Amino acid sequence: MKKLDRNQMAARVARDIPEGAVVNLGIGLPTLVANHLPQGREVLLHSENGVLGMGPAPAAGHEDWDLINAGKQPVTLLPGGSFFHHADSFAMMRGGHLDFCVLGAFQVSVSGDLANWHTGAPDAIPAVGGAMDLAIGAKKTFVMMEHLTKSGESKIVPVCTYPLTGVGCVSRIYTDLATIDITPQGLRVLDMVEGLSLEELVRLSGVPMQQA
Amino acid sequence: MIDKICTSVQAALAGIADGATVMIGGFGGAGQPGELIDALIEQGARDLVVVNNNAGNGETGLAALLKTGRVRKIICSFPRQVDSQVFDGLYRAGKIELELVPQGNLAERIRAAGAGIGAFFTPTGYGTPLADGKETREIGGRMQVLEYPIHADVALIKAERGDRWGNLTYRMTARNFGPIMAAAAKLTIASVHEIVPLGEMDPESVVTPGLYVQRVVKVPR
Repeated sequence: MKKLDRNQMAARVARDIPEGAVVNLGIGLPTLVANHLPQGREVLLHSENGVLGMGPAPAAGHEDWDLINAGKQPVTLLPGGSFFHHADSFAMMRGGHLDFCVLGAFQVSVSGDLANWHTGAPDAIPAVGGAMDLAIGAKKTFVMMEHLTKSGESKIVPVCTYPLTGVGCVSRIYTDLATIDITPQGLRVLDMVEGLSLEELVRLSGVPMQQA
Repeated sequence: MIDKICTSVQAALAGIADGATVMIGGFGGAGQPGELIDALIEQGARDLVVVNNNAGNGETGLAALLKTGRVRKIICSFPRQVDSQVFDGLYRAGKIELELVPQGNLAERIRAAGAGIGAFFTPTGYGTPLADGKETREIGGRMQVLEYPIHADVALIKAERGDRWGNLTYRMTARNFGPIMAAAAKLTIASVHEIVPLGEMDPESVVTPGLYVQRVVKVPR
């Protein structure tokens, strides 16, 4: 079995973002998805600091620090793009106007609870940003994460042990091992990396799953 | 004649009282009114409550204000950054109070204050530690949390162009919190890079109508 690398994971997510979709890509791994949307497929990227129709990073030397994304990196604006204030931007999200958001995660539970903002460590300074709004706002919330922690524990869990970001909000999980839907009947595996069996995936995950 | 133009940032910042709640615009560096923050430091008001998305970066701007020890409490969504060492130090030493608010709730609570909304229910944060102790209710089949507006005595915001009535336009994502903070504060002070004669701004393009703004001051780009 060969795990997907970060770009392969991003390409897998990009396959499921259709023409015309309005999408918010979270900071970190999800940002890579933008690089894998095929040329010619029109997808509107939203960034919560107040931009819709976001384009790729500018060429070196052409950065404009008034035009940044939620990760505070310089971006560009596509023809047709627009700017708006923060309450409008979050109304797009909270009002259910975004088709998809793609977020990273520490843990996702079998019922779709998401933990991605705080490890709960006593000396950690908490920071939440837009994570809680994103988690509950989009029509579909996708999570993109490595399947296992560095010490080999499953990040798909019966119940999240980290503080929650949202309850029952995740629709689908993309990992470096598999794509998994969260349904009222339980986890359904859509695809797996070559050489991985369902039995092995279930063993690594420690939670029940069935082939979709 | 209505004339909200101030001749200096010092004049623009006059009269901010100790204990004031001060909203400061900006998301990262975009829209951060650096000159107004520096003038607030010079002005000397203390025991402040600051509302901003972050809690300062590096050693300048909001971080420099925090470093003076004159901020009692900060209401923000994302204090922890790679270069938030000033806030981190104060927080770990117990020298500043933090009210952590999901970013959309922060924006909507500010908007609600400006719009005269008494409180609102939202699903954001339900079932998380940030909703602990808050009233919840099921509305439309979904659990929601009661959130209250955030009012301010003063808003310091950065815009692009202004006129003597206080009409403002912004530049790209530097708009962020400017329009909603302007409406939520009793005294809104806007820095602009350009002051234009009344009537020169396209009325279809005015983003913040002048009634939300009390003082305008020009600062270099």
